[in-house]
Amino acid sequence: MAFFKLIRQSPLSARIGLIIILINILAAILAPVITPYSETEIVADVWAPNSIDNLLGTDNLGRDLLTRLLYGARNTIAIAIATTILSFLTGIIFGFFAATLGGWVDQVLSRIIDIMMAFPTLIFALMVLSVVGTSISALIAVIALLDSTRVYRLSRAVAMDIGVMEFVEAARLRGEKIWWLMRHEILPNAMPPLVAEFGLRFCFVFLFIAALSFLGLGIKPPAADWGGMVRENAGAITFGITTPLWPAGAIAFLTVGVNLIVDWFLRLASGLKD
Amino acid sequence: MNSTATMVLKRLGLGFLTLIVISILIFVGVEALPGDLAEAVLGQNALPETVAAFRKELKLDLAPHVRYVSWLGDFLKGDFGNSLANGRPIIDLIGWRFANTIFLAATAAVIAVPISIILGILAALYRNTLFDRIISISTLSAISFPEFFIAYILIFLLSVQVVVFPSISNINDQMNFWEKIYAIALPCITLTMVVTAHMMRQTRAAIINILASPFIEMAHLKGLKRLRIIVLHAFPNALSPVINVVALNLAYLIVGVVIIEVVFVYPGLGQLLVDSVSKRDIPVVQASGLVFAATYVGLNLAADVFSIISNPRLRNPK
Repeated sequence: MAFFKLIRQSPLSARIGLIIILINILAAILAPVITPYSETEIVADVWAPNSIDNLLGTDNLGRDLLTRLLYGARNTIAIAIATTILSFLTGIIFGFFAATLGGWVDQVLSRIIDIMMAFPTLIFALMVLSVVGTSISALIAVIALLDSTRVYRLSRAVAMDIGVMEFVEAARLRGEKIWWLMRHEILPNAMPPLVAEFGLRFCFVFLFIAALSFLGLGIKPPAADWGGMVRENAGAITFGITTPLWPAGAIAFLTVGVNLIVDWFLRLASGLKD
Repeated sequence: MNSTATMVLKRLGLGFLTLIVISILIFVGVEALPGDLAEAVLGQNALPETVAAFRKELKLDLAPHVRYVSWLGDFLKGDFGNSLANGRPIIDLIGWRFANTIFLAATAAVIAVPISIILGILAALYRNTLFDRIISISTLSAISFPEFFIAYILIFLLSVQVVVFPSISNINDQMNFWEKIYAIALPCITLTMVVTAHMMRQTRAAIINILASPFIEMAHLKGLKRLRIIVLHAFPNALSPVINVVALNLAYLIVGVVIIEVVFVYPGLGQLLVDSVSKRDIPVVQASGLVFAATYVGLNLAADVFSIISNPRLRNPK
């Protein structure tokens, strides 16, 4: 019930954010139920205007735009979540190791991360993808690796603070192994900042994948994906047809929602400062 | 002052080292290709003699570290090699495109920097008022929007609904300065909006940080006028974080320009990079990636050097 209490006390902006996220999750899960068409089915003329059959009109191949948007929610969000989780696992494990072991492990890891962070992420991703070729697994791996550098920084800093506390010292003296220390002493105490960071990183990863798909280097057609849909339909805009604005708007909509929640979370965590 | 010089030199050395490592990474990345470049370009069915000749031309028959040194040496001399896609010298492809990219980014920066600093300071001064709320909500949404969303909305409004600006920013050498400015109006506005949102939020945070320090409270308690506190007490101390914010955002601008260039079909370096990645024209990708990286590292370096110079505590570390 603590959850409902939290919701009741939440500001309007956080509630709006929650509703936005809920709409997106429902759209992703219920896509096959909501729409009568399949993901790649051609149902009408190219860029047909909206009608009863096609509520938002059709896209550059005559596929139903609303259907594509719903299925796009599935692909885009699923890949973004997978990437963020992978990036967190990598970042947290290395960050905690660096913080608890210290010494040369910390030095080596941190210097490598410094250099990776000195390189603009988009350019880095473009270069790696040009070498390994574009596939969904390569996309997830590259973005997760680039993003884990930020997670590493945060989890190392947080774990450093926790690592010098008495209860960790006690566990060390008890002879606990490093893996146990990380899981039972440090991780539970590092959760709040990491959860807030998860929201922020998700937004970043989500926009990043959308950008790469928009550049034609991300998720491959015919699978629906919001960034790719903007690219496919970009030509329509010069005829005054709003088709590309819908998927682009969907990206913006979800990111605003997550950001509103993160904002609220950060304010809760910082004790309403500022 | 001597210690400042050493600190700056140290930082410059570190930046230089970063660039070297990045260039090695870029070089090794291509080495990691399955097969080698010659096979990748010529295809599986190429005659062995053709492959051998091609390898010779690209100097693929030499040892990796020898090639790295000669590649880097050529690069520093401005000889970037030839494009695989059309055989033209890469320097010809990159040179004017990089100038175009800088032109676009610089124009956006000239507009964005003053606006965001002024708005950021105002938002910090009048924080928790309606003005601040409006600014913070609009910047939060601008940050959440993908760049191309803002770009297409602008195209829809300003070049389709009302025909004010061109939706394709084609510029060439025959145009004079104002014609060029007119051509890049939309990408420039888009970039300005995106970067202003970031810069403003960070400026606001930096100023609020300063305003919360004890010496500002002291100045208030002494009964000083508000204007005097801001100009003489807060501003000199805010200078370092603000300069840092500006330099970091300029670095962001240089990279953010890639997507905008693709939207507006602007003949810049970003467009070239994206095209070359999809064509797998690796030498062009290497060269333009290195140019982007050098610019980015350089601007970050400038941010660090400025904050060392403007902050006495960093200037004389304990």
